[in-house]
Amino acid sequence: MELWFTERHTPNVKFSIKVDHQLYSGNSEFQRIDVFDSKEFGRFLTLDGYMMLTEKDEFIYHEMITHVPMAVHPDPRNILVIGAGDGGVVRELTRYSSVESIDLVEIDELVVEVSKQYLPTTACRFDDPRVHVYYEDGVKFIRRCTDKYDVIIVDSTDPFGPGEGLFTKEFYGSCFNALRADGIMVNQHESPFYAEDAAAMQRSHKRIVQSFPISKVYQAHIPTYPSGHWLFGFASKKYHPTNDYNAARWNMLGIKTKYYNSRLHVGAFALPNYVEELLKDVE
Amino acid sequence: MTELSQVDAPIYEALRRFRRMRIVPFDVPGHKRGRGNMELTEFLGEDCMNVDVNSMKPLDNLCHPVSVIKDAEELAAQAFGAANAFFMVGGTTSAVQSMIMYACKEDDKIIMPRNVHRSAINAIILTGAVPVYVNPDVNHQLGIALGMSVEQVEQAIRDNPDAKAIMVNNPTYYGICSDLRRITGLAHAHGMLVLVDEAHGTHFYFGEGFPVSAMAAGADIASASMHKSGGSLTQSSFLLMGKGINSDYMRQIVNLTQTTSASYLLLSSLDISRKRLALCGREIFEKTVEMAEYAREEINSIGGYYAFSRELINGDSIYDFDVSKLSVHTLPLGLAGIEVYDLLRDEYDIQIEFGDIGNILAYVSVGDRKRDIERLISAMAEIKRRFGKSGAGMLTQEYINPIVAETPRKAFYAEKRSLPLDEAAGNVCTEFVMCYPPGIPILAPGELITPEIIEYIKYAKEKGCQMTGTEDINIERLNVLI
Repeated sequence: MELWFTERHTPNVKFSIKVDHQLYSGNSEFQRIDVFDSKEFGRFLTLDGYMMLTEKDEFIYHEMITHVPMAVHPDPRNILVIGAGDGGVVRELTRYSSVESIDLVEIDELVVEVSKQYLPTTACRFDDPRVHVYYEDGVKFIRRCTDKYDVIIVDSTDPFGPGEGLFTKEFYGSCFNALRADGIMVNQHESPFYAEDAAAMQRSHKRIVQSFPISKVYQAHIPTYPSGHWLFGFASKKYHPTNDYNAARWNMLGIKTKYYNSRLHVGAFALPNYVEELLKDVE
Repeated sequence: MTELSQVDAPIYEALRRFRRMRIVPFDVPGHKRGRGNMELTEFLGEDCMNVDVNSMKPLDNLCHPVSVIKDAEELAAQAFGAANAFFMVGGTTSAVQSMIMYACKEDDKIIMPRNVHRSAINAIILTGAVPVYVNPDVNHQLGIALGMSVEQVEQAIRDNPDAKAIMVNNPTYYGICSDLRRITGLAHAHGMLVLVDEAHGTHFYFGEGFPVSAMAAGADIASASMHKSGGSLTQSSFLLMGKGINSDYMRQIVNLTQTTSASYLLLSSLDISRKRLALCGREIFEKTVEMAEYAREEINSIGGYYAFSRELINGDSIYDFDVSKLSVHTLPLGLAGIEVYDLLRDEYDIQIEFGDIGNILAYVSVGDRKRDIERLISAMAEIKRRFGKSGAGMLTQEYINPIVAETPRKAFYAEKRSLPLDEAAGNVCTEFVMCYPPGIPILAPGELITPEIIEYIKYAKEKGCQMTGTEDINIERLNVLI
């Protein structure tokens, strides 16, 4: 018997992982949630059939979405995380002792419950006293915040489905308003490779450029996401991601990472020409 | 034959039976189930093209219904609490025109508020009826026309005892209702018919806690835009008739202008939507109202905006308010409604129903998702943050009482000349000028052009309102009586 999980990356491309067994399947008010176990990637979480994370490669995504802004901001104390019910971003954030509060806003409580039960590698720091979880639509939560956060991490799903509001201009504008005068917002920025993903990437880039004075993009390799080539957006009111980056300061913290390091930090902002062009088209 | 009930949808079921019969088409339409126009079929879908068929025995004929359309119309009448109901395929415009053409012949008087939809004044032009305008009350803070006050209706009846009918807009685009029961009582006491333009009130028949519907208030004829809150396809509508209306004569009136090739896409959409509302209307509109109320509360908490509601009720010209309408006053932000309307679309990819000088209307329905409501609210908060300014110096006057110099019909068909907008004051206009939506004329044929009206037109153009009605497509010239 062979059991395979398959995700359609484009109408003509499929990506499959051989499943050992399924650990969980359920429907929340918002989406279908599944957890599988596999030989190659360990456990993995899918929402509405779309890959969210695998135990084998989640470190790349979570380190890159978290440490880049945390290393640029000289004194990040109050952090807001939107989405990220799997706990991976929170796990990375709790490694900073300077952080005073981590507000996590996840629309779907069941994602957190399922992650706590089946994904202990990511959902392992929810009990940190600095973490406050709000089960609410991120678009609504942030509307009420002004001048409140140093760093906002937008760990969204896709620009369709329950997370689509997190790709809108009104949301990015609200983030701007919720950040302090030197605040940084980092977001999951889709992929530049396949046409449909690239269009979504351009759309959100355009909206961020219109909302923040500094808006840069950096990349990482995430094997289980479509094409494996993934981007993050770095939007900032004051700090430039590489010019204002103090590598020594971050290295002093002694945070041990598997993917992120200070040379990679600078290198990740060097993008392939075709990506530069896609971005320039909408800037 | 077994008795039909609201779970049935006779036209829809007949189309499904018809599809299974696999009849070979040697009749129109010539696309022959889409095979003759593949690009269109790929765009609209095979299922859609398959039921785009012509009238035939198994499917009945809208011009003279004897089987499935007749049954469907009876079910609709039952669902709306009407004596008779007609399926309309020319929009609510055709329903409004039919009710006026039923009630009035040439030179008959009809009492109506001036802030009617253009379709009503069009019908006046067609019939040659004489409108007796009741100027609606105006809320000057919001700059919107309200309902008709009972006292003004009484006065109009006293002054025009020979009028044949009274027409009422209920609710208005903004959700404002007149005292329909009392107006109906007054009209009937004087032998006048009551016609209700209920284009924005289909849900009154199915939801709970809404203002009274025309049929429940005892009105004689109503036109209900099923395609607005009822969920049917654009251009489909119901004409509802009370006991005193001769529906066979009404059929002849409707057939004067109705197509003989009624679309079965529209007819089946009316049939299915009627069934859906009859069976689940209560829950559907409960959800709609819940979303509208939530949005109203959130928008009011942003500050600057005023999403108005039942607190406006004054027992007369705002006798009741339709809480499913999300109408928002924008002037305190220093932004005209039309500017907020444009910003929502251009900056935030959100299309709302309309914006005028002082207000916007976001149409909320059961098709909305909570997350889209959140987007709308957030976008409005962002517009305030990014574009808000002092509200001083904003033009508020939305409704200008017209000075009627000639009947619409005479003015429309009269000899005329064209004048530049700036030179037109003091002349009698022979055409419409309106913002669309909402489609309520600023000037109608036969009305005096005043400097105030010209200023208003220029201001609305400058703010970006979509102006329509004039022969000159750029609205730089107006046709006036010689």
